[in-house]
Amino acid sequence: MAERKLMKGNEAIAEAAIRGGCRFYAGYPITPQNEIPEYMSWRLPQVGGRFIQAESEISAINMVYGAAGAGARAMTSSSSPGISLKQEGISYICGAELPCVIINMVRSGPGLGGIQPAQSDYFQTVKGGGHGDYRMLVYSPCSVQECVDLLYDAYEKAERYRLPVMILGDGMLGQIMEAVTLPEMKDLSALPKKAWATDGTGFGDTRRVINSLYIVPDELEAMNHKLQRIYDEMCRNEVLCEDYLLDDAEIVITAYGTVARIAKSAVDILREQGIKAGLLRPITLYPFPKDDFAKVMNAANVKEVVAVELSMGQYVEDVRLAAEGKKPVKFYGRSGGNVMSPEDIVDFVLKEVK
Amino acid sequence: MATVFEKPSFLTDVPFHYCPGCTHGIAHRLVAEALDEIGAQGHCVGVAPVGCAVFAYNYFNCDMQEAAHGRAPAVATGIKLTNPDNIVFAYQGDGDLASIGMAEIVHAATRGVNITVIFINNAIYGMTGGQMAPTTLLGQKATTCPSGRSAEVNGYPIRMCEMLATLDGPSYIARCSLADVKSVKQAKKAVLKAFQNQKEGKGFSFVELLSTCPTNWHMSPVQALDYVKNQMTAQYPLGVFKEV
Amino acid sequence: MERIIVAGFGGQGVLSLGQLLTYAAMYENQYATWLPSYGPEMRGGTANCSVVIDAVKPVASPIIAVADTLIAMNKPSLDKFQGCVRDGGLVIINSSLISDKCSNEHANAVYVDANRIAHENGNNKASNLVILGAYIKKSGLFPKEVILSTIEKVYANKPQFIPSNKACFEAGYELF
Repeated sequence: MAERKLMKGNEAIAEAAIRGGCRFYAGYPITPQNEIPEYMSWRLPQVGGRFIQAESEISAINMVYGAAGAGARAMTSSSSPGISLKQEGISYICGAELPCVIINMVRSGPGLGGIQPAQSDYFQTVKGGGHGDYRMLVYSPCSVQECVDLLYDAYEKAERYRLPVMILGDGMLGQIMEAVTLPEMKDLSALPKKAWATDGTGFGDTRRVINSLYIVPDELEAMNHKLQRIYDEMCRNEVLCEDYLLDDAEIVITAYGTVARIAKSAVDILREQGIKAGLLRPITLYPFPKDDFAKVMNAANVKEVVAVELSMGQYVEDVRLAAEGKKPVKFYGRSGGNVMSPEDIVDFVLKEVK
Repeated sequence: MATVFEKPSFLTDVPFHYCPGCTHGIAHRLVAEALDEIGAQGHCVGVAPVGCAVFAYNYFNCDMQEAAHGRAPAVATGIKLTNPDNIVFAYQGDGDLASIGMAEIVHAATRGVNITVIFINNAIYGMTGGQMAPTTLLGQKATTCPSGRSAEVNGYPIRMCEMLATLDGPSYIARCSLADVKSVKQAKKAVLKAFQNQKEGKGFSFVELLSTCPTNWHMSPVQALDYVKNQMTAQYPLGVFKEV
Repeated sequence: MERIIVAGFGGQGVLSLGQLLTYAAMYENQYATWLPSYGPEMRGGTANCSVVIDAVKPVASPIIAVADTLIAMNKPSLDKFQGCVRDGGLVIINSSLISDKCSNEHANAVYVDANRIAHENGNNKASNLVILGAYIKKSGLFPKEVILSTIEKVYANKPQFIPSNKACFEAGYELF
């Protein structure tokens, strides 16, 4: 019988990461994700892993760089201002092709902002954040169980493509408690050895170098092409998307993460009122589910699309790109840490959408 | 024919890119000799900095990681905690370690993490073309203090060994010079001790090596060595600051 | 589906009351979410949590704008949330600390002298369980036995509190 527990999102993420193989965590305190380092601090030593509270966000991501480079399944977590500080390290990790897991429990910004939920780090996460041409595999789970399921296999994904897997959550996802079924602890002894990792055994002809410096333009361009091929492959293989009542939908609401759950309730309320609404929820934000959106944008029954998010309008830009002008895309957002209710979305649809 | 002198096994066959008269080459050799002497082959990882020694990953014949500017102690910490039996070292310059990476070095030291850090202090940003470093001497000219470093405008040079020696974490902290044969021999002993300490599990070990930068100091190699002997050692006294 | 807002000040067991409901739903193989308010106001200020329970399908929105039930443990909570309760919904008021009456005329208000009853049943800190008893009786959300066994499981590591917690819950349950 699988283990069923009531867990906070942050705690479930920590436990699922460990069961998925995480053995190194470095982090720095910031609300609303503190349960992750707190949980890791006692739990990792139980499984022979290492927890370290770093002196800064910058140091934490660079510890992850070192540990991931040495072959560990490594992880860090933070919230928006802290993730901004980590961007340099994330760019280096991508440049050096190191697999790792990074959690961002987004809080409202800009600046110090607030500690309440937001989705205003969308651009930073899927469009770069740090310098250079790089991408990450970005998941936006909407429930505690989905956090567990995505985290559990996150290292396989990260190692397959040798890049960071970023979980883009928000304060709500970190704090919410739900029942989850936890998977078995993965047997790490069965994993293949990472030939590229600086585990210390390399010497002379067998030595490995973890590096992102390519001083010759042709070499760096070739490297960028190589990375792009990897990202293209990831885009072909890893898209995840949920649709809800789209078959006959005239109004398609699209949202990601916890906001998508709120939107789902709004769809139910609209349906009760006889309005044919549906929901499209990307689970991967990068790769963006282009084909799923294309289907919606080409569907004869769809009259209008509404992008709902906790920001002033970031995700909506990708929705409009996907629309290619075929359908009108309306935007409904809240910010500052305010969260819309299902009824708020319903009101917006009734007022703004014909 | 008997071999009387050879390249340490811890150095690759790649020619150094360093300028004529620069003492990085000597420092590399001292590190490589120490690694040879403690027998670190097959269980060693080095971390290269950003700065003149950025290509150190081409020169040390073991597994290497290139770190972001100033972050080598954090990277080395991650490597060491992942495989605690490995000999792990960071090799950093003054801008890397004492300016942008000040937090990383202080906290690695106070944590007492069992790594070895080699700190090359040549009082200048070499790679970027001679800007003022945190360790630039008062009065010393640099491209960002063209009339010489002034305490009023630029503050004072930082003494890293003395600072780190106030911490409880480190096991060994020493400053040596690479200005003449006698100093190099002392430096060799200090570098070896810093690695032996790690092998014995004693904890964080740190050796500062006063070095030259004839190119950006606008001196001949001989003048540069004299500058280290006469000017730098006055600001940065040689010695062992901590030994536990 | 049942949408419950539990609100009061820190130390009144507001969050744990919500958690007990969420645990009970899990043990009954139902679906539930528990979402706390978080932030600086937690320290000595007001605390609240939103609990959504669904017997048949996974909970979508954990955010509650229209509540089926409000449990108000202090006056600021009643003032803040009573307007959210739907017509025909339930408002449970801790009358030990709130002298006001419910001003939401479309809701059914119930008054529980929770602090006094908790004191009489040997656990001054368990006014939340008295309220929980009253709520379970009024709503019929779960059979009484489900909550009693939930209390045993959730407080398994603090067994000394189980008897008085159960007594407080039963006292609240027997009020109506």
